[in-house]
Amino acid sequence: MLHTVNKSPFEKNSLETCLRLIEDNSTLLLIEDAVYGALKNTNIEEKILNAQTNIKLYVLGPDLKARGLDKNSLITNIEIIDYKGFVKLVAENEKIQNWL
Amino acid sequence: MLFGILVNEGPYQHQASDSAYLFAQAAIEEGHTIFRVFFYHDGVNNGTRLATPPQDDRHIPNRWSELAEKHNIDLVLCVAAAQRRGMVDPDEMKRNKKDADNIASKFRISGLGQLIEAGVQTDRLITFGD
Repeated sequence: MLHTVNKSPFEKNSLETCLRLIEDNSTLLLIEDAVYGALKNTNIEEKILNAQTNIKLYVLGPDLKARGLDKNSLITNIEIIDYKGFVKLVAENEKIQNWL
Repeated sequence: MLFGILVNEGPYQHQASDSAYLFAQAAIEEGHTIFRVFFYHDGVNNGTRLATPPQDDRHIPNRWSELAEKHNIDLVLCVAAAQRRGMVDPDEMKRNKKDADNIASKFRISGLGQLIEAGVQTDRLITFGD
């Protein structure tokens, strides 16, 4: 199952709620302001690191770039994908939950 | 694969409409088909042909119209959301006795059943909103 989150974890708790409820072996894609959740040295980093043992994490590259960020700012093992990669994740996962 | 897209936010206010458009474009480039884009809540504002953004900015309504024209995508505005926000097509203009319509090319106004149908008929339904 694919989950997308589009809000910064420093603005809303949708990313934290998603991390609490997401099932093992699921996929989580951070888009729009949620890309801030992928930054290292934040107070949500530990939750992300814990989640990474059970789920696969992606971040949308164009949204990262639009905010002046790149892979050097990110927690390790978060894969950066483009819109084609986004489409691929949607096609691969039969169910999608868009957290808004 | 057949995709349906739900857009819940208006243009220029939130990223949802841009994300949805870029997703739709990438899906088409990857060989998928967009069955329908359903615009709900403030999303109906994507369908006004009266928008005149600055020339160096993207024209969000025209961009949807052009994509729909080229790839035969059904662009549907929710009728209840449209009525509240003054989005009017020629039929609604007559029905509600308005003096003008403002719907952009390739958009149409219909009911929530079209969203349900998009969920049933497609392989994936993806939502962009706030």
